Amino acid sequence: MDFVYAFLLGGAICALGQILLDLTPLTPAHVLVLFVCSGAVLSGLGIYEILIDFGGAGATIPLPGFGHTLASGVIQEIEANGFWGIFSGVLENASVGLVAAVVIGLVISLLFNPKG
Amino acid sequence: MVMAKLTREQKAYKEWADSRKPRPSLGRNIAVAFVVGGLICALGQGVLNYFISIGMSAKEAGGPTSAVMILLGALLTGLGIYDRIGKFAGAGSIVPITGFANSIVAPALEYKREGYVMGVGARMFQIAGPVLVYGMSTAWLVGLIHWLIHK
Repeated sequence: MDFVYAFLLGGAICALGQILLDLTPLTPAHVLVLFVCSGAVLSGLGIYEILIDFGGAGATIPLPGFGHTLASGVIQEIEANGFWGIFSGVLENASVGLVAAVVIGLVISLLFNPKG
Repeated sequence: MVMAKLTREQKAYKEWADSRKPRPSLGRNIAVAFVVGGLICALGQGVLNYFISIGMSAKEAGGPTSAVMILLGALLTGLGIYDRIGKFAGAGSIVPITGFANSIVAPALEYKREGYVMGVGARMFQIAGPVLVYGMSTAWLVGLIHWLIHK
């Protein structure tokens, strides 16, 4: 059943993105920025955890999930280390995805050439 | 104003032409984004379940799952497949983290001829840069507010 919930929630978030692209002047870059920031805010309000409990990867794989990863790391680090956790926590949980994106992105860019 | 100078015939023609302009159907776009985005997330759920099955907690498995999906998105972009999915699926391929990987690799490849530093290195962050700047700053602010309230 977790596949069904991931499909439904992930699909709904993407459909919302499509509505923004089609009905507003926002570009894909604007939508991604908006989604990451929204995810971070919803995470701070404790709402994103509820979405993850419902949809699993349907909540973590879309970009708002990356915002949640950033914000949840900050809050975790503040609880553990106080004030400086605001700085040390931002990449606490996001590091895996971020470093993977940069290193894999670089390797793929070196290996392949543009198509067409 | 250009509009004011149109004759009655031109105005009638303009209305006729506008009514026949192909309009991408909103309903179709949303449906395709929903299905493709949903399928990518369901695939992500499969990867997540695999990492949990080898003994990780759901929280620990999040990072590795993202890494696998990023690898997939980057590889499909390198092969020229992801951009073809993107033309068809719109936000369904942009919003998942595979689309974030695509936003890094696609400009890096496109500007490769400008060199490895100013081409690949700089252009990788054309979209990922703003996402990180505003995402990290928002998370920082969320943290500051959390600290002010709870500490």
